[in-house]
Amino acid sequence: MTVLLEARGLTKRFGGLTALDSLDLTVERNEIVGLIGPNGSGKTTFFNVVTGLYPADGGSVRFGGADITRAAPRKVYEAGISRTFQRSRLSLPLTIFDNVMIGNHKNLNQGLWFNLMSRKAFKRQFEDNYRAAQALLGVFKPELAGRLSEPVAGLPMIDRRRIEICRALISEPQLLLLDEPSAGMTHDETTELMDDILQIRDRSKNLTIVIVEHEMGVIERITNRCVVLNFGRKIAEGPYREVAADRQVQEAYLGVE
Amino acid sequence: MTVDHDASRRAPLLPGLLTLALATVYLIALLAAENQTWIIVLLVAGTVAVLAAGWFNLLPRISRSFADREDALGVVAIAALCAVAAYFHDDHFVLLLVITVMLYSVATLGLNIQFGYAGVLNFAGASFFGVGAYTSAVLNTHTAVPHLLVLVIGGLLAALIGSLLLLPVLRTRGHYAAVVTIAFALLLKTFLEVNDVLGGPQGLQVPAANILGWSFNNNIEIGGVALSFYLNYFVLGVLLLVGAFVLVRRLERSWIGLNLDALRLDETAASCFGLNIVRWKIVAFVIGNFVIGIAGALFGMVGSFVAPNNYTFADSLILVSVLLLGGIGSPWGVVVATIIVVIVPEKLQTIQEYRFLLYALLVIAVLLYRPEGLLPRPVRRYFPGWRP
Repeated sequence: MTVLLEARGLTKRFGGLTALDSLDLTVERNEIVGLIGPNGSGKTTFFNVVTGLYPADGGSVRFGGADITRAAPRKVYEAGISRTFQRSRLSLPLTIFDNVMIGNHKNLNQGLWFNLMSRKAFKRQFEDNYRAAQALLGVFKPELAGRLSEPVAGLPMIDRRRIEICRALISEPQLLLLDEPSAGMTHDETTELMDDILQIRDRSKNLTIVIVEHEMGVIERITNRCVVLNFGRKIAEGPYREVAADRQVQEAYLGVE
Repeated sequence: MTVDHDASRRAPLLPGLLTLALATVYLIALLAAENQTWIIVLLVAGTVAVLAAGWFNLLPRISRSFADREDALGVVAIAALCAVAAYFHDDHFVLLLVITVMLYSVATLGLNIQFGYAGVLNFAGASFFGVGAYTSAVLNTHTAVPHLLVLVIGGLLAALIGSLLLLPVLRTRGHYAAVVTIAFALLLKTFLEVNDVLGGPQGLQVPAANILGWSFNNNIEIGGVALSFYLNYFVLGVLLLVGAFVLVRRLERSWIGLNLDALRLDETAASCFGLNIVRWKIVAFVIGNFVIGIAGALFGMVGSFVAPNNYTFADSLILVSVLLLGGIGSPWGVVVATIIVVIVPEKLQTIQEYRFLLYALLVIAVLLYRPEGLLPRPVRRYFPGWRP
């Protein structure tokens, strides 16, 4: 097993609040790692620092051997990290296809001449990508693949989540960061979505996932390993069953007697 | 089976064709009308006709026709425009009005790239229009630069000065960026007023366009029929309008259009998927200003006179209100809204002095009851009529 993502002493402060407190976290290739912890323990902050939305105040992040500490979000994406957001960040007036294509930025020809003047070549690229988006959405829900030209605004929450995950997957990233994919969904919908994610992973062998989740059923089912955060520090690490039995973890969630 | 399903599923051409034909006849009637009562009757009739079409649910069929058959209907629209010009071939006043509509449309199409797609507010649209007009005033008077090239230089200068303005705009967000552009509009007007080289408050004369030895101020005579010299400018104006329209359309229907929409709707998400926010804002702003500048350069030659008072903050507001009225991001809407905003006050002499009041009421009414504009922007179709 080789290391894909490695955070060393990662620190992020907001004023007096230390959201990440010299966090060491390692993710190996093809793993599914669960990132859990009480509200405000720094899970989403970790994602935001890794993807470059917040600059780190200390420590380093290495991805596939390269240093990406304080890299701009677009550089992080180009290196091969994609993410979803806790609260859906789709562009609602745009179509399903458009939203998925936003995620494929690095594979689309962005040249002015190509886009404005060589419409034949553009059409070929458009058609190839249309088929790719159809195929990817088909894995999640074949029905959605037939509705690519409809705006996202009219879709239920679960379908929007699916599209958000497709947007993150279309560029075939090496690392996928899922930020609470079950938020706002029913228990059954969550189960459905997790089946889809596992199916995607089985298809592409070269995908590593870090998932932030409050549904412990999800964590137990899909992760190989869990990292528990509390007040920005790692308090436990290991397979879900071990971690769940850990006294410190129980205290973090339930409080001390 | 070799039946062409694609063609059979496309919306019919007829609703769009009928709409264009009716609109053309209506426009000719309105432009020809002299009697104030008759003009009011026509305006009321037009409003009632549109409301009735809405009531009988005809509008969705028309818009589907336009969405699926845009290329064909675009050609028909050019023909309709030429029909209007042919009908008024010797009427200087009406032709000037038609040219004004076209050039304002071109400028608003430029603004649409900036504000409609990239979401970069520009309350200095008229200033950049003025930069183009002053360019033709100075170059036509003092240099022998070919006048077609002067138009391009007008666009380039507007783009260049625009990119200087961009430096502070990119460092501010939202309302603050808008305030920066307002400040620029006021600054430019003051600069023009105190600058003697550029004519000060009195402005400058603009020598007429002269292309390949053909002076645009010559009246034309074909087969014994005398034509207005404005027809020269009309032809150039049509070319410019078609060019700007095609540019905006292709831009929207490309990955660039998608980039601009993505950064307007959610900068954070867009940057997490590789978008260079600053770069695409610059691209949109520069292209938009280039279009506005070209329109302004031609407008300067048409009007043969430029002065600071013609390119004020209030004029920029008119451009923005045209965009809001027509439908942000909708090029057809821009043309329709410009027709309303330019022609109605000009024909309805009684409301001339109240025109700004009228614009304000119109914009408020649209924002309240139809916030997406008269002709809302449809969802993106990269290739109209294309089916997977």
